[in-house]
Amino acid sequence: MKPFRRKIRIPEQLIWPIAALFILLIFNFLFTENFFHIEIRNGKLFGSLIDILDRASPLMLVALGMTLVIATGGIDLSVGAVMAITGTIIAGLLAMPDFSILSWFNLPASFSLALCIALATGIIFGACNGILVSFFNIQAIVATLILMVAGRGIAQLLSNGQIITVQNDTFSFWGNGYFLGFPFTVFIVIIGFAVCWILIRKTALGLFVEASGSNPVASHYSGINIRMVKFMIYGFSGFCAGLAGILVAADIKAADANNAGLYLELDAILATVLGGTALKGGRCFLAGSLIGAVLIQSVTTTILTRGVPVEYTLVVKALVIVMICLLQSAEFRRMIINRFRKTGK
Amino acid sequence: MKLKIAAKNIPLLATISVFVLLFAGSSFFLKGFFSLQVFINLFSENAFLGIAALGMTFVILSGGIDLSVGALIGFSSILLSRLIMDIGIHPVIAFAIVLLSGVILGTGMGCLIHFFNQPPFLITLAGMFLARGLGFVIKMEAMPVRHEFYKQINALSLPLGHTAFIPFTAFIFVILAVITWYISLYAKFGRNIYAMGGSEQSALLMGLPVRRTKIGVYAFSGFCASLAGIVYSLYTFSGNPTAGTTLELDAIAAVVIGGTPLIGGIGSPIGTVVGVLILGVIQTSIMFQGSLSSWWTKIVIGILLLAFILLQNLFQRKL
Repeated sequence: MKPFRRKIRIPEQLIWPIAALFILLIFNFLFTENFFHIEIRNGKLFGSLIDILDRASPLMLVALGMTLVIATGGIDLSVGAVMAITGTIIAGLLAMPDFSILSWFNLPASFSLALCIALATGIIFGACNGILVSFFNIQAIVATLILMVAGRGIAQLLSNGQIITVQNDTFSFWGNGYFLGFPFTVFIVIIGFAVCWILIRKTALGLFVEASGSNPVASHYSGINIRMVKFMIYGFSGFCAGLAGILVAADIKAADANNAGLYLELDAILATVLGGTALKGGRCFLAGSLIGAVLIQSVTTTILTRGVPVEYTLVVKALVIVMICLLQSAEFRRMIINRFRKTGK
Repeated sequence: MKLKIAAKNIPLLATISVFVLLFAGSSFFLKGFFSLQVFINLFSENAFLGIAALGMTFVILSGGIDLSVGALIGFSSILLSRLIMDIGIHPVIAFAIVLLSGVILGTGMGCLIHFFNQPPFLITLAGMFLARGLGFVIKMEAMPVRHEFYKQINALSLPLGHTAFIPFTAFIFVILAVITWYISLYAKFGRNIYAMGGSEQSALLMGLPVRRTKIGVYAFSGFCASLAGIVYSLYTFSGNPTAGTTLELDAIAAVVIGGTPLIGGIGSPIGTVVGVLILGVIQTSIMFQGSLSSWWTKIVIGILLLAFILLQNLFQRKL
């Protein structure tokens, strides 16, 4: 009898983003000097690849939450605004500047307390989205648009429109610190991904999430509490965005309510879609989203290290998005195949 | 005779009454607010937002979304500055070039969305990056426009009595509003948009030109956004590649507050005009009040959005 061997099978949806990332890395290997160069200084790893992982970590965290939201058939536009809010809250609670409303609360400047409050705020805002989507049956894009518009205003209200700078060792460790030679942010992403992956792939929760996205009516009749699932997933997306906001603020040791997380929701959606999770919901590829996020950051880093003028960054990014969208489009692939067949005859 | 209000008009009436209430409230509490000129300035100060929002209305009515409008305003305005000041083209020809480029970008996005069956959200996002990036490629910093023609155009204003006048930019907004309103009600293109937004499948089975309409909607939105860029340039006498950052959000908010939900197929351009005016009143009254900071605008818009969406939700359940 043949021994049972489990094959590692990569889902079809993951092949394209991996291929794109691979092509990009080969391009850099051939044409960009020192791209793969990694050196150890004071027990810390330095190099473009490490830098990409470090820079992409807030996006990866947000993309994790976004993937699950998209899997339920929704979308979360508010993540950028939530990032601005939590970054402002943690910086405000640690620095207690006079101009900020946060200084009215007479709290001790303890990092763990500030962290908990900021994360709780993220979860609460996410849950507000969840209530609108699941209990009021409002279209996700509209429900989260509200917080996208108002959220940045709330962050500016909390910081009084000013940038809050923080001097706190624990805080800056979260943004810039190294652990076992790797940036600390990478470990946060790994922990976040591991928790998500176990919950989604090893428990029934993943089935519930994907079922409520692919056919809500059938899932409802088969006894899945879709409302609760959606509510929780939006709360989780708020948590991820909150954590990402904290990392971004910790990275620059300051909270900028105007620009923190600006347009990051679009990058997160892009990372998710590049990673093989279709916008119509029903399936989720957590690893794919992380690859998508790394892909986006690699494009940016490549553009920067190649010495392409800064003003071309967005143009190149736009072209890359269109190319990857086309690669994933069945219509486009069919068109190309037909073209080849015709010339073959 | 009993006054009958069609159910589909209730959101529009709600929008108008909110506008009247906000305007009346501001006039009551703020000194010097209640004047014809303040009302007219709502049109001229928000002309570029309004023009972009009118284009957005058609896109949303068709069931899509266009994230590129804000970036296209920045691109158009800096392109105008460059064409007029550095290359020395007459503004009228520059306007034509800018409008053409907006239509080309819109058509391109529409083609990608239709032929390759891509989500409008992603393709217009790429369009946004492209337009913003091209704006930066043209010039990284803001650039003033000094031209006699600009002064002449801005001098064209219709005096109303002794105390008020209608600026030229407000005219463009109002004229475009009337044209879109006419298209939405009486033109084949407009009726096709509603049919497509209601159900694309049905529209296709009915033999309506879905392809032409879908691409046309995005082309029209591109046209409106570049027109908004021209108006921005006329209004500020300058071009700026960062102009219109997050303006697409305000435009979407104005459309939704104006009674056009993002599901498509329901709503009207008139509602959008009132939606833009509501955003304008909030901004103007916060400016008049003086001590409130600008971020209150965003928070109030968010609260209004929430209220309107809950209201629309209520009516949709009844229908």
